[in-house]
Parts: sequence; C-alpha cells; structure tokens
Amino acid sequence: MKSADLRIPVVGADSIAHQSRLLELWEGKPGLAGFFGSVDHKHIGVRYIVTAFVFLVLGGLEALAMRLQLAGPDRALLTPAQYDQLFSTHGMTMIFLYASPVLSGFSNYLWPLLLGSRDMAFPRLNAFGYWVYLASGIFLYVGFLTGNGPNDGWFNYVPYASAAYNPGLNEDFYSLGMVFLGISTSVGAANFIVTAFRTRAPGMSLDRLPILVWGTLTASVANLIVVPAVSLAFLMLWMDRQFGTQFFNTVGGGQPLLWQHLFWIFGHPWVYAIVLPAMGMVSDGLPVFCRRPLVGYSLVAVSTVATMILGFGVWVHHMFATGLPGIGMSFFSAASIAITLPSAVAVFAWLATIRLGKPVITTAFLFFASMILLFVIGGVSGFMTASVPVDWQLTDTYFVVAHLHYVLIGINVFPVVGAIYFWFPKMRGRLLDEKLGRWNFWTMFIGFNLCFLPMHLTGLLGMPRRVYTYAPEMGWTTLNLITSIGAFVFAIGVLLLFVNIARSWSKGKIASANPWDAPTLEWSVSSPPPPYNFALIPKVASRHPLWEGRLPAPERSSLDRGLLLDSGKETIGSTALDAHADMILEMPEDSLAPLFLSLGLAGAFAGLILKLWVVTAIFGVVLAMALLWWLWPRRALREREPAHG
Amino acid sequence: MNTATPLGYLDSAGTRADAILPLTWYMLIVSILVCVIIGWILVRALRRSRANGGDEETRAVAVEEGPSGTHWIRNGLLISSVPLLVALVWTMVTLAAVSGPPARPALTLDVVGHQWWWEVTYDGTPAAHTFTTANEIHIPVGQRVLVRLHGADVIHSFWVPKLSGKTDTIPGQTNLSWLEARVPGVYTGPCSEYCGEQHAHMMVQVVAQSSAQFDQWFAQQLQPATAPTDSASERGAALFEYRCGACHQIRGTQAGAHAGPDLSHIAGRRTLAAGLLPNTPGTLAAWIENAHGLKPGNQMPNQNLTGGELMDVIAYLELQR
Repeated sequence: MKSADLRIPVVGADSIAHQSRLLELWEGKPGLAGFFGSVDHKHIGVRYIVTAFVFLVLGGLEALAMRLQLAGPDRALLTPAQYDQLFSTHGMTMIFLYASPVLSGFSNYLWPLLLGSRDMAFPRLNAFGYWVYLASGIFLYVGFLTGNGPNDGWFNYVPYASAAYNPGLNEDFYSLGMVFLGISTSVGAANFIVTAFRTRAPGMSLDRLPILVWGTLTASVANLIVVPAVSLAFLMLWMDRQFGTQFFNTVGGGQPLLWQHLFWIFGHPWVYAIVLPAMGMVSDGLPVFCRRPLVGYSLVAVSTVATMILGFGVWVHHMFATGLPGIGMSFFSAASIAITLPSAVAVFAWLATIRLGKPVITTAFLFFASMILLFVIGGVSGFMTASVPVDWQLTDTYFVVAHLHYVLIGINVFPVVGAIYFWFPKMRGRLLDEKLGRWNFWTMFIGFNLCFLPMHLTGLLGMPRRVYTYAPEMGWTTLNLITSIGAFVFAIGVLLLFVNIARSWSKGKIASANPWDAPTLEWSVSSPPPPYNFALIPKVASRHPLWEGRLPAPERSSLDRGLLLDSGKETIGSTALDAHADMILEMPEDSLAPLFLSLGLAGAFAGLILKLWVVTAIFGVVLAMALLWWLWPRRALREREPAHG
Repeated sequence: MNTATPLGYLDSAGTRADAILPLTWYMLIVSILVCVIIGWILVRALRRSRANGGDEETRAVAVEEGPSGTHWIRNGLLISSVPLLVALVWTMVTLAAVSGPPARPALTLDVVGHQWWWEVTYDGTPAAHTFTTANEIHIPVGQRVLVRLHGADVIHSFWVPKLSGKTDTIPGQTNLSWLEARVPGVYTGPCSEYCGEQHAHMMVQVVAQSSAQFDQWFAQQLQPATAPTDSASERGAALFEYRCGACHQIRGTQAGAHAGPDLSHIAGRRTLAAGLLPNTPGTLAAWIENAHGLKPGNQMPNQNLTGGELMDVIAYLELQR
C-alpha cells in the first residue's frame, strides 16, 4: 500500500480502452483456481446468499417435519429424541446459518456498489469469512446427519448441555461449531466496519449512506462486541464437558446462570443484528416504489444505532423467570419497553413514505410494505413479553414462538425476498417475473399468517414450547392443525420464489442498468456489474445521486468523470466522516490462501471433535502455512506501480 | 374455570395470576389496537397507489421530493409513548404486588424439579408433620402457600398457569414462588423450561380444596403404609421392597430410597408418571410393564415382572391410599 500513498490519482472520463484495461486487471481467472480463489465481493455475496438459502430450505424441512408431528395430539411420527434434535437444529440453522449470513451476502454484494468502491476493504478476509461460514455450517450438519445434532435448543442451557445429562457428541459438535462459525462472523464484522469507514467514494459523507449500510454497520459493531461472549461461553462449555472445568457446574462452584447471561448478552443484540440490515433494505427499497426519498432519513439512521445501544441492555428479559431480584428486572423491563420507540421511528417513517409518496405496487414493494405490518405484530408481542409479570405467564409458551417468528420471518425473510425481487436484476441482468411474483407473495403472506397468527392464541391457552406432543384434552388441537396447514402453504410460497428464479435465470426480461429508476450508485453501473464495479470512482454530492435534477439538490454528483485508478487493482481510500479521498488502496489478487486457511481450520476442529490431537496439530501446520502464504509480501504487487506512475 | 383449556391463563383462579391478568389484557388490547390502526393506515396508503405492475410501471411514475413528513414520526412517537408509559408504570406496580413471597405463609412447600417429575415436600411443624410426595400438591383454598423451588438435575420451570406465573428450578439456588387458589379445583402445571426428552410429560397437579378437605388429606398423608391384607398383597409388598425399593420409598416400610418419586399413598393420587396417565390399577400395571414405551427416555428401569408378580405388586400398591 505504501508505494501508492504519494501518487496523485488521475481524474478522467470513461473510455473503451480504460474499461478493457480495468477488465484485464480485475477479471478473475477461469477454471477451478479462479472459482476457489475469487475475492470479488460480488461472487462472495452471491455465495453467501445461495448457501444461506440452502440452509433456509434445510431448516424449513425440519420445521415441516415438526409441524407434521404436532398437527394432531399424541402423534408418534417422531420420537422425542428426534423431535429435540429437529427443533434445536431448526433454531441453529435459521438463526446462525440463514438469517445472519443471508444479510452478510446482500451487504457483501451491495456495499461496494452502494459506496462507489471496487471491493470490500479486505477482499481476501471476505473470502475467508465465507469459506469459514460454509465449513462451519457443514461441520454442524455433519453432526446432525450422524445423529449428533444439537438437542438442547439453540439457547443450549446448562446443565442439560453438560456431559452428565448429555453424554453424546451432540453438544460437542454444537459448541465447537459455534466457536468455528464465530470466526466467520467476527472477521466479516471487522471487514464491514473498515469498509464503511475507509472505502467510500469521495463525497459520500456519513449522512449520505444508504440505510442498509447503517444497518449492517451497526450490526457489525454489535457483533464484534457480543460474538466473543458466545464463543467464550461455548468454549467454556466444551471445556466443562471434555476437561472437567467447572464453569457451569454447581458442584465445583460454577453457575448455570452464568451460561444464560453469556448467551443472552450475545443473543439479544444478535436478534437486532439479524433485523437491522433487513430493515435497512426496506428503508432503501420502499422509497423507490413510492417515487420519493425516505421520510426522516436522519431519524431512521439515528434510531438504527439507538436500537442497538438499547439492545445491549435488554438481555435479561430472556431470564425473567430465573429468580433474579425484582429491582434488577425492573430495569431490564423498562429498557425492553423503551426499545419500542426507536423501532417505531422506522415504522412511522415507512408509513409516511408510502402515504406521502406515489406508491407503485410491485412484488418487491409488496414484500417491503407487508413487512411493516408483520414488524408491528412482532413488535407488540415483544412489548407484551417485556413486562416482567406478564412475561411470567407468556414466556416459554407458543406465544413467544409466534412472536419470534413474526420478528425473524417478518423482519428478515420478507425483506430478504423483497430484496431478491429488487436486486436480482442487478445481480443477474434479468428481472424476475412479476406475475409469478404476486403468487409468490400472496402464498407466503397468507401461509405465514395462517401458520403464526393462531400460534399467539395457542400460547395464551398455555401450550409450552419445545414439547414433542400434547394431549387432546388441552384444547390446542384445532389451532395446531391450522398452524401446520399454514406452514405447508408458506413452504409452497417459498418454493414459488425458487421457481421464479429458475425460470427467470435465463428467460427473464433483460434488465437495464437501472430498471426501477432507483437513486443509489449500484444502479449507475451495468446489470450485472463489471468485475471492477465502477470504471470511474464517482464523486458523490447527495444522498440520491441518480435522482439529482429531479430533487432539489444544490450540487451534482459526478458520475461520468471520476478517478481512473487503472494503474493496478486499485480503489480509493477516504476519510472516516466526510469521505475525502486520502489514499489509493491496492487490492489483492485472487488467492487460494483463504480457502486453505479455512480447510486448515476445519481439519483442526474435526480433530478437536474426535479428540485426535495429532489431526488438530497437522491441520494446525496447514493453517499456519496458509497464513504465511497469505501474509507473504508480494513483490509483483509493488513492481507494477512505476509502469503507470 | 374453563375446563376446555386447562392451561389457559386468560381465566385465572388464583391471587397471583389474578393480579397479572388486567395488565395482560391491557397490553393485549393495546397490541391488537396498534396492529389494527397500523394495518388500516397501511391499507389506506396503499389504496393511493398509482400503478400495479413491474419495472415499466415504476419508471413511468415521476420522482418527486414530496413533503418532509417528519411530523409523522414525531406524532407517532408521542402517541405511542402514552400507552408505553402506562404499561411501564402498571408493570412496576404489578411486579411489586406479586413478586414478594408471603411473609407468613399458611404452608411451606419444597418443590424439586427432576427429569421428569416433581418432588414435593410439605415442610410441617412439628417435624413429624413433614412428608414427601410427588407430582400432586394439595393446598387449602384462600391461603397463601410458599413454594421453595430447588433444582436437582437440569433446569425446569414451575408453572401453574391459572394460579401463578413461571419460576425456574435451578441447581445451586433456591427460588421462591407462591400459590393462593381463589376457587377450589384441580389445576395443571406443565414444566415450562425445556429439560430433555420428556419435557412434554412433566405435569404437576395442584388440588385446591376447602380447609376441612385439605386437613383430611394432610392427615391421611401422615399415616404410615397400609399393611398387606392378603397373600397377593403380601407377595407384592415383598417384591416392592426388594425390587422397587431400590429407588422408591413407601414410608413405614423397608422401601426407603429417594431416586424416584415417593410412592407413599400412591393409590390416592390422580395421575401417574407426572400427569401422563390417569391413576387406575390398569394404567399402573401398564406403566410398570412398559414405562419406556409410554414415556421414552424416562429413568425407570424395566423390572421384567411376570404377569403374576405384576398383579401382586398392583394389589399391594392399590392398598396405599
């Protein structure tokens, strides 16, 4: 990076020659080495999304099996042990392997395009984050498929998770898998934070960031703070299980509640981390179809951050029944009620945007707009559980199951599917079918509500969570049958999305650079974008560069004259707040080092689970060598400089 | 009491659950109203749509700055904060009303959650009035009963929806809850913290009865075991002490172990296996024969009794009223 510091970047106009020079610099190699070595954020983003959807399907199938079991009373389709692994694996899959990675995927794909940059700040780290996610997902599923899936819920309370009550490998797979996955989340979060603060196009000051960037940035900061808590907790659990440490064992002076604190101080901010970026998608996508800017941009951005700050102070609301002192619980109860307010900011901003705009109904818009209602339903049920005495009745009943699915499906899945309809044309260069899209939306919307709305009542009628069956005299039979039918309707809705993607993949209507006439930078480049994203690094003068001229804006962004940066694989580095260009960043070539580092890690973790320390040691060497290869100074990178300087 | 939904807590029958109910209804009604109002605003806003289509229809509508609209956010927050504030204050008031355990309880119970049954000890004065039972709690109506909750193995949660909210039983600590029934009746309580394979079959029954009935039951529990009355029950008693007595107790006999539920006066209980089966001689026999088929994962080993031995044991246990 140093040699480039002093060079003044050239401002110029686009040309065919310039583009072919960039293409030569940025295009990945063909073949297997190119595939496995790619560090292009667009490839990595799509890989995240596709992998996350594979896990969504797996988690969905697990849910359907459970709904068959619960469709009637006293059914024996599944044994209790199978049911326990299914609900635990379902939670683990949806929360850790779908909800967060799918958002990382969109942010990976979109961020450099939104920010006017050519890649993420650390492209190889980005690739590494993906490979570790994939490897840890496979690791966890190897456990499940060999009958060693988690069986103590995603929350994994001790002592049930300890070796005395859970002697199999189930909890070892889960513990080590979570530590493994935490590496991916942490490096991804660090990469997002640096990318947001250092690689924005000149002029893209903080108050011009799309809300999606605010959402993912906020989530990333939270992840860096809280993921260590859960990784530590799982490591301690594994040590308790394997080496006789006593962190959670009362006999040795440990504390079962320590687990719950460590888990939920991670778990609750994590819930916000898997909804804030999705809320950002709605904040950015919805106004496009309302043909006006988002109402209250600054308030929405600030409330995103405020939600997260308050989100650090609500974890105890998962523990209201654990016998904690009343004074302490009052504080967390108040914080949990107060957190409604920053969330409400976004809701009113979206409603006002629709009401004061000129809404055009498209499939993407339907997913975004319906999310507002689902968000409110999930929000008010959360408000109810925030009250300690009320929660003493509601907690651990199906009311909470209804609540969390309105939050996670309502605020994550619906915006994500909307985002697919919205950004698929950018990624693939073809539009999804709108007519099939309507079927897709209505089937999902009706199925979802049929499944989860009655579940509130099931909970109020006292059905506890995580029971593998129930007796007919409990009065839950009809409600459970409706829920099971709804689950299958919802599944058909999700299937229609895949049908639409498959049909439109090569037969869909060709998309122009900006099919929705949207305002942000990703729509200024071709669909799909070239490997280098922007031939010229633009100069940004407003929040809506592509709507300038139609909105009152004093200055114009410069899109057809910008930084050429074609003397190497380069992009611009800028200052954290105002985004003044201050450095040329040299970007790394494709590399297989991240893949090998991940393989080394996977092998090392496999050794740990099998307690074959030799295997761990051997893969530790692989890991060290991959790291060495990764960090080895590259002469080639430097030598290219003088040729253009 | 609504018998159609024995675990529904929207109709309560005990002081503690009563105190929570108005707040629950308030929050529920506010929540439903909020959803209806937001839904109505959303639908009305959508009815203003200019077009229904895809990319062409979207591009055809011109972009405009439009009014700022931040007053929507300001007014929305102001309006929302009123019911939130009410909920906050009401929560604190209710919390104060229901959280403190009674200072002078009429009765004190020690309840221990086990995988997958409830151990209940009546802490009597004098000490001779202390006894242990399982899965069934009798309380006198209109009196406050202190429940001390202990963890034996994993975490469970003690919950009798119509009487009181949940409190966990956690190893290494003692949590407090209390019960006061307003109406006589039988109230079911499911374990409400996931605790393993048979979490679904871990019910406690609370029988709330008049003081007279309660005193009668209490006196009955203090009686020693009923001695065998015929040769079948005599053989049954011997078998019980030799085979079942490794884990179970019947007070006043050689069977005095505490690994499983105390079976003193077992025949007088309403259910078997923590609410899984109604208690009849037939179900009792089925349970002893096939505990693992009925409740997979439970810790009672199969005794492989012959048909005759089983009949003898049942004959003995049926005497223990």
